[in-house]
Amino acid sequence: MLDFVQQLVSGIALGCVYGLIALGFVLVYKATEVVNFAQGDLMMLGGFFAFTFIGMMGLNYWVGFAGAVAAMALFGMLAERIVVRPILGYPQFSIIMATIGLGYFLRSIAGMIWGTDDFKIETPFSQGVLRIGALVLAYDKLSVIAATVILCALFYVFFNKTTLGTAMRASSENMLAAYYMGIPVKRIVSIVWAISAAVATCAGVLLAPITFIHSNVGLVLGLKAFPAAVLGGFGSIPGAVVGGVLIGVIESMAGFYLPEGWKDVAPYFVLLAVLLLKPEGLFGLHVRKKV
Amino acid sequence: MRFLFKTDYEDDIRLFPHSGYLVSYGLLIAVLLVAPYVLSSYLMSQLVFVCIYATVGVALLILTGFTGQASLGHAAFLAIGAYTAAYLQKYNVPFPVYFLAAGLLTGLIGALVGFPALRLQGIYLVIATISFAFIVEEILARWESVTNGNEGMRIKALSLLGAGVPRDSPTFYFLCLAVLILTIVGTLNLLRSPTGRAFVAIRDSETAARSMGVNVALYKVKSFAISAAITGFAGVLFAHKLSFISPEMFTLQLSIEFIIVILIGGTFSLHGAVLGAIFIVMIDPFLTYLKDDMPGIIAGIAATFGASADSAANVQSKVAAFASLNGLKGAIYGIIIVLFVLFEPLGLYGRWLKIKLFFQLFPLYKRATFKRQKIYVKSERNR
Repeated sequence: MLDFVQQLVSGIALGCVYGLIALGFVLVYKATEVVNFAQGDLMMLGGFFAFTFIGMMGLNYWVGFAGAVAAMALFGMLAERIVVRPILGYPQFSIIMATIGLGYFLRSIAGMIWGTDDFKIETPFSQGVLRIGALVLAYDKLSVIAATVILCALFYVFFNKTTLGTAMRASSENMLAAYYMGIPVKRIVSIVWAISAAVATCAGVLLAPITFIHSNVGLVLGLKAFPAAVLGGFGSIPGAVVGGVLIGVIESMAGFYLPEGWKDVAPYFVLLAVLLLKPEGLFGLHVRKKV
Repeated sequence: MRFLFKTDYEDDIRLFPHSGYLVSYGLLIAVLLVAPYVLSSYLMSQLVFVCIYATVGVALLILTGFTGQASLGHAAFLAIGAYTAAYLQKYNVPFPVYFLAAGLLTGLIGALVGFPALRLQGIYLVIATISFAFIVEEILARWESVTNGNEGMRIKALSLLGAGVPRDSPTFYFLCLAVLILTIVGTLNLLRSPTGRAFVAIRDSETAARSMGVNVALYKVKSFAISAAITGFAGVLFAHKLSFISPEMFTLQLSIEFIIVILIGGTFSLHGAVLGAIFIVMIDPFLTYLKDDMPGIIAGIAATFGASADSAANVQSKVAAFASLNGLKGAIYGIIIVLFVLFEPLGLYGRWLKIKLFFQLFPLYKRATFKRQKIYVKSERNR
């Protein structure tokens, strides 16, 4: 029983990271219909920025964190301006390819700049554990869960209570109609990319004590976060987090209870099963096809 | 230039619209047949890879380009073909038998993948095929009694009609070339048959295709099966060429390379698949060239423009350092994909068509001829 709870908590922590990356996917998809295959690589880049600020320049953890988030938000806007805006509104396939290309580029550039070693960021909560009875919970895992909860709450307020959030929802419903209603759709898209890059950075920094940062971490985790987003139903924010947590828990349980080798594929089996039974994902909207 | 007056459907679907095609393709085939006796063995080996990649590219084109079903799992089909060949070869099954068996088995698995794919669209299909590829990769690594696990499998040289065919012999190259040409001709014939037209109809509009009486489910599964089977055939050749296969060769990276093949070539034409294959395979020799010869050439140019010997050597070492950067290949891939998507979505073959049209219409050419249309309203969610 104790093992089970232990695995559950570490699964949830891992799943929250997937959820945070998936959140980035979903934000961009909701607003612009763009599936951003480079989201994991944005996370990797954010982690490296944070490493540069904290590990190499010796800044305070929180200052470095904020700096990395700000820098990545700018970078997200830049990427949107250069790669995505010219092809906005074209078929999905070209946009998927463009973001795959962007991911390739970021990965190899990061490898060239920072090398291919593993890096670690010292965080205020990387040492120490919380003990509840016989249950041992590491602070760095708890910090991931806490950050996910906080970010979700912020997003809820942002989308439902602020003008900007409402404008984003409007342009995600129907870009053309939103444009006619006087919403600056292009600027909205820029902001969405900035936010999603910032969220990815949060994931990268929080993850740094758990899996380390290296130039391929984005690909590895991005490919786990992707099923998370699909499982939750692409385009649903709570779905992304729930999907992420599910993937994390499944992975953690499969690693503990099933024979070796199941850990990496179990999430994909579950994903295929869900897609077969409910192709639009757990929280996805089912839209009737119009002729 | 030549005007083609098409008066009936037969004219429209002719394999060779006019005799010029026969001449140019005949010349191309003649050059390809002479190639092994002229080129170096390294370039020959690259040419064999071009044939294999182009075969897979054509297979992917049938599925993604003509039926509109994106797939990022073709490395798995290639792996299934390769492993079937390797496994059957252990039991001394003759080459023609295991060649056909690999294609059949891969086609069957392709059809099985096609069934779940019926309900999925766009991004969901992409992620389902990625999941399939991961699962296959893991099975290959774990099913040790058949696949030998991560240790990989050796493949003996193939024997045809009692004679051994080493992997770097001209005969092996001719075999690969024959498979490629058969695939291309077969695909051309497929595309002008009712099946091929049904594929294109499904790509253009599933709803319209269904209302015209096309059995969408049947044709989607068919498309998956045909594409997978051709990839399986290519897999056998791939295994023989490498003479050693292991699960980590058939990763997502390889699937993405296949997608790049059809993207760079142009997602609508068979010429494009071949051009894309040439491009992908030739990146490696190009990088070697960049590393070995380019620095000297640039230093030579600098010297002729009056640079001192010192600064020329400096330039040479800088260029060499740049060319041997780790991960340069990935960066080049990335930049090229983005540039093609942004500026030349029709690919290399599209560029050729544009140049041809420019000269055909010379004084009257309009730049807007190939302008793309944005489709804001036709979003995937509301379609």
